[in-house]
Amino acid sequence: MAKMYHREKSIQLKSSASALYNNLSVLRLAPRSLTHFAVVHANVVNLVSASWDGLNYSHRQLQSKEGNVATSSSLIMQAAWCVLPSRDLLVVASQKGIQMYESDGSIMVYWHALDTPETPTAKAIFARGIAAVREKYICVGVSSGAVLVFDVPSKGSNITLSEVLEEHTEAVTDMASECSGSMEYIADLVSADDSGLLCVWKSGGDFQLLNKIPGFDMSCSSVKLWKGTVIAAYGTGQIRLYEGVTGILHAEVNAHARWIYSLDIAPFTGLLLSAAEDSFVRVWHLNPAPESNSVEIEHLYNECVTDTQICGAKFCDGDGFAFAVTGYDLIEIIRYTQA
Amino acid sequence: MSTRTLPLVFINLGGEMLYILDQRLRAQNIPTDKAKKATVAGWIEEDRKRVMNDIITTMFNKKFLEELFKPQELYSKKALRTVFDRLAHASIMRLNQASMDKLYDLMTMAFKYQVLLCPRPKDILLVTFNHMDAIKEFVRDTPSILSQVDETYTQLIEIYTPLSCGEFQLIRQTLLIFFQDMHIRVSIFLKDKVQNSNGRFVLPTSGPVPYGTHSPGLIRMLSCNGEEVKRLQFHDGGNYTAALREGSFELFGDRVIKLGTNMYSVSRPVETHMSGTSKISSQHTKVNTIPNPLAKEELNLLAKLMGGLEVRKPSNTDSGFRVNLFATDEEEEEALISRPAELSYGVINIQATKDNLANAELAKIMGEFTESDEPVPSSSSKGDDLLAMMDGL
Repeated sequence: MAKMYHREKSIQLKSSASALYNNLSVLRLAPRSLTHFAVVHANVVNLVSASWDGLNYSHRQLQSKEGNVATSSSLIMQAAWCVLPSRDLLVVASQKGIQMYESDGSIMVYWHALDTPETPTAKAIFARGIAAVREKYICVGVSSGAVLVFDVPSKGSNITLSEVLEEHTEAVTDMASECSGSMEYIADLVSADDSGLLCVWKSGGDFQLLNKIPGFDMSCSSVKLWKGTVIAAYGTGQIRLYEGVTGILHAEVNAHARWIYSLDIAPFTGLLLSAAEDSFVRVWHLNPAPESNSVEIEHLYNECVTDTQICGAKFCDGDGFAFAVTGYDLIEIIRYTQA
Repeated sequence: MSTRTLPLVFINLGGEMLYILDQRLRAQNIPTDKAKKATVAGWIEEDRKRVMNDIITTMFNKKFLEELFKPQELYSKKALRTVFDRLAHASIMRLNQASMDKLYDLMTMAFKYQVLLCPRPKDILLVTFNHMDAIKEFVRDTPSILSQVDETYTQLIEIYTPLSCGEFQLIRQTLLIFFQDMHIRVSIFLKDKVQNSNGRFVLPTSGPVPYGTHSPGLIRMLSCNGEEVKRLQFHDGGNYTAALREGSFELFGDRVIKLGTNMYSVSRPVETHMSGTSKISSQHTKVNTIPNPLAKEELNLLAKLMGGLEVRKPSNTDSGFRVNLFATDEEEEEALISRPAELSYGVINIQATKDNLANAELAKIMGEFTESDEPVPSSSSKGDDLLAMMDGL
């Protein structure tokens, strides 16, 4: 196999990445020729902003301070940027609740506390799974299975919890919105949980459940939605492609030898990135086949990050020209670009 | 994150501690000239058994385990270290600071390795069962302790086997956060080539895949009515084989996986490379400040542990047994002096006079334990004694 990507200079972090699903978020700011990276370390979010010429890096660390609680800070499950037409927000999901910051992490604009009992319960409580949907919604999953829908104004801090979607009965693992940018697809959002159940939604004043795709008692750890196709990755190392609205299974891939931790899609080219605890990152190509009303998948590339359980992998641009990887206990972001 | 991690941490670290102590006690028992010089007195088999029995009895103290199995957040590294300091000294055996540090390093790195390498998150339970099986073997001649251990075994099975794979993954992720940034090199791992010289563990890309997983390399495409229309192979870059059968989650049975079994023997002795922690870890290791080391629950645990445990002070210090985790006393002294500051555990020293709030809480907890004791002149003086004992930790 010809070497499709080659390794670039890594970006150092202030603290190592924790083993959490989708533990890397990337925000590309074209007007300023900057890329932001966010990686969770226990109770801290490491933010790095890198200039495209690779000469300047600036770091910031966010602590999961929660409102008025002076005691121990809580562990963070995920940090991700939400890109809405009017503004970008950094959303941090933790054991105590959900924080929303301006995209550079400078100002916290909103805080939503989870109901936490005084004595810990057998079932852990946390928020996990973050997605921006259409014009003004940010959706965040909760360990109870609920999906919280926040209505975000184009500016200011008047963010409101507009709806709670209760279709999942297991902890939400991940969430994704349609990333092709096209309005022609009915489904806007897909949510996944620890049982592997996938819920497909249409956004609006009231979110509408379009379809429930049953799981098979195996966590779906990462999910994407592209041109109406749901791409779901599981603890078995499998990737499945479903038609979102009908739930028809188009393809099933024995992709990895261990739990998959992250998926990403390059919306302009249909390149798919998968990364797992087995230390492999793989690049795939999705090819819609309109004549058979389905989508095909082909394997393009493997990269082995030696002795690293990968926890985050994201394309750095819409074409899939470059991608970045984080791993458990690793104090750097490893970058690859097309040769 | 997961509120179910503490019993697993305690049992698995405790299990590793027992493996190491057993090996050291057996090694020091060998009356070679070297061993004679290195130890205060020759150990006899009876002493080894007594130490193992005393520690296991303390570990599986009913009240303590009741407390342990309640859903709760994982404790700070400091608090846990304090618990194991206490546990190691639950018998007539004594360890000095350097040996205790080394013991704790070995225990934690061994369990980190097991958590990292276990094929599926659920296999952490099989690792735990391997430790439990070995602990039962240690006390097989003492039925009273054996039944105590079996009770905990049953409890483990009841609580953990119904958990979903997602809950086990959360347990695993919580444990990995606990062990994050620990890169101490362990000679037995280095020799076996499962650890690199930078302290990171080797992750194989060959061998059997986890139970329930298919070897990577196959793409199946399906038609709208579910028929397979195309089948493609791809090169996966590894060298995987089919999964082994699933290990037994029953009280007895073959666990299949070997993680968590005793890796030490007289021919594979206990050693650590302490000075050689990697640059990366020494630059960036931070004291895990979460959760608050003086949280109520932590004091509670310490108090409960002490409630179930009499401090055995050798009546005559000269006759006390000391175990050395190093080859010689000189090496042990050297290790204490040369230990990097960031690796210091700084065992919690609870000041009886400082934190009034924590103190009142602790005294209250302590009070609960005095009930079954013989009447004491005043309950406060009993509390003071216990606090003083904790100061001495």
